[in-house]
Amino acid sequence: MTAVSTRPKPVPARAKPARPKALRIGRVSIRWRPRHLVVVLVASAVALAVAVVAAGTGDFTIAPGRVVEVLLGGGTRREELVIVTIRLPRVLIGLAVGIALAVSGAIVQTTARNSLASPDLLGVTAGASVGAVAVIILGGNSGQVSGMLEAIGVPVGALIGGLAASTLVLLLMRGRGASGLQPILIGVGVSALLGGLVSWMMVSATITDAARANVWLTGSLNGRSWNELWALLAVIVISSAVLVPLSTRLGTIDLGNDVARGLGVPMVLTQGSLLLVAVILASATTAAAGPIGFVALVCPHLARLASGASRPPLVASGAVGALLVVGSDLVARTVLAPIQLPAGAITALVGAPFLLWLLIRTRREARR
Amino acid sequence: MAVIPPRRTPPTVDKAAPVSVLSSSWRAQVRWLGATVAALALVGVLGLLVGSRGIPPLDLLASLFGLDAGTGTASIEARAILFDLRLPRTIVGMAAGAALAVAGALMQGHTRNPLADPGLLGVGAGAALAVVLAISMLGLTTPSGYLWFAFAGAGIAAVIVTAFGLLGAGRRDSSPATLVLAGAAVTAFLSAITGIILLLDTATLDLYRFWSVGSLAGGRDLAVLLPVLPFLLVGLIVAFAHASTLDALALGDDMARAMGRRLAPARLTGLFAVTLLVGSAVAASGSIGFVGLIVPHLVRRITGPGHRWLLPQCAIIGAILVVVADVIGRVIVSPSELPVGVVLGVVGAPVFLILVMRMRGARS
Repeated sequence: MTAVSTRPKPVPARAKPARPKALRIGRVSIRWRPRHLVVVLVASAVALAVAVVAAGTGDFTIAPGRVVEVLLGGGTRREELVIVTIRLPRVLIGLAVGIALAVSGAIVQTTARNSLASPDLLGVTAGASVGAVAVIILGGNSGQVSGMLEAIGVPVGALIGGLAASTLVLLLMRGRGASGLQPILIGVGVSALLGGLVSWMMVSATITDAARANVWLTGSLNGRSWNELWALLAVIVISSAVLVPLSTRLGTIDLGNDVARGLGVPMVLTQGSLLLVAVILASATTAAAGPIGFVALVCPHLARLASGASRPPLVASGAVGALLVVGSDLVARTVLAPIQLPAGAITALVGAPFLLWLLIRTRREARR
Repeated sequence: MAVIPPRRTPPTVDKAAPVSVLSSSWRAQVRWLGATVAALALVGVLGLLVGSRGIPPLDLLASLFGLDAGTGTASIEARAILFDLRLPRTIVGMAAGAALAVAGALMQGHTRNPLADPGLLGVGAGAALAVVLAISMLGLTTPSGYLWFAFAGAGIAAVIVTAFGLLGAGRRDSSPATLVLAGAAVTAFLSAITGIILLLDTATLDLYRFWSVGSLAGGRDLAVLLPVLPFLLVGLIVAFAHASTLDALALGDDMARAMGRRLAPARLTGLFAVTLLVGSAVAASGSIGFVGLIVPHLVRRITGPGHRWLLPQCAIIGAILVVVADVIGRVIVSPSELPVGVVLGVVGAPVFLILVMRMRGARS
């Protein structure tokens, strides 16, 4: 142990320097890494396979092959009812929620340059929780929130709460950049304030309301319909349109404020619009499925470690996120059947061991 | 850096010079220390005198100093409230606040991440899971019954995180990045199990939600603190003895190594102290969030980044913060009470935000 200082400095846990490959079509050139592509393809393929299995799993079980046939229009009316009307929206929302959350997390982690950052830091989750829990708990006497008020009031409350809180955070952060200590502490303060409000409501509510609020706070895909999916998809498409031209700047931002500014990136505008996209993506998912935890924090890391990149890759993060949420929802529905757990209760159970394994494996690889 | 100027002054003067430079900052630090200790004493008295039960402060003061030997119902009631209710909860609050704040400073120092809080080591999540298991499987219902479960859960979780974060990654090379991610993963994993139990068992949720929010009320007498107090004190001593190592680590792993610090033992010592501190605080008072995260940031504005002053001031200001939050919680919705954790969020967070907004030109 005394010889520590004489040992060669360990190689940082980065990728082996892969030779950059570029795809050039006329004036457009896109760099791609084979390992990154493999991660994206494998994660997407597994996510789709899990989605097909999930669409066939439930009280009325349908074999995966038959599910594909039904989706292509070759099923009986009963099979179509079960798959297309009931299960498909839930599965597709799971995929969309996973993509949106993971991409949002990747954006925030890169922009804030902090591996513990997630959209939660922008007040999205805490604000949405205040909104939704307020509707559930203050909406009426014990257990009165139901029907329309629950179906529309809770998502709308979550959306308004999430957007309001993150607007507050972004306004307070204005002119202070997105990385560094101060903006992070602003996010921490606002989240703590809103978290205190949620705890207050949880403690003062009746146990019936508190239990219902607890289910929402865990994040669930139960009983989702096509309406939520269309809203979520619209948000994802619009965000991607903004994100694609900005995404090339993420790598520059990762180099630090001064370097990025020196390279001609308008930092305030770029960071502001990136964070705004992250907020909108996260708010939309929270309104649709509640605050599904862990996805935004961990999927960027999973994608980064798996593809050997130095910062979270957006597309791979999205693919891994889709896989994690759809897989978690499938496990949540089946593991204690007939009890259906919320998907958010499982994401960490599935994702955490995988993250730990990747961490150890990457370190070993780097030390070789 | 390249040229080292020849040493012109004799060593005796060399030694004297830094002392004279130090002494002015020393004086400032000691002055701050005096101020915060006085504030702590004041807050302690406040914690005894203010409450949801409107008893004249003079009666309480009299019984506190044993001046009224009266046997009237009023003075007996006053004495009971003072010694059986308010004194214990003030002491528990001080102990928990001090422990959590120092643990937060240790975690932020070791991970060099301003978002690190003591919960990152999985200690809070482990304690919570153990308490939930104790409630749902063994049917325990009192804070003193949870005590050892919380403590054991905290310890086991910390060992798991440390194993993954440090040893799994290689003993010599223990970068804080791995520790941070391993902590986040294990914390989330344990919280998920807790969450599933709570979803399936509403009766447990009913008891747990009051424990989880962090409260000093409700059957928390000194019996919940005394058993863990030795652990807490050892944790504080280890933490304070550890200050210069943390200062070296703040310069980065390579610099710390170059200064002759052995990183893995240093990290293990720090994490050991965090486990003792948070484990005993959580066991005594439930999971009071937020203190460990924000107090170090506030205290750094007074003391600067040096841990020799930072850690003791964190202990004092953490204690002040929790007791003040408890006092506010007693009067703000009188005659009922708000738990400390709620007050810290609802009242403490805006104050924290105002302080953060005034940090002009803060460097990251």
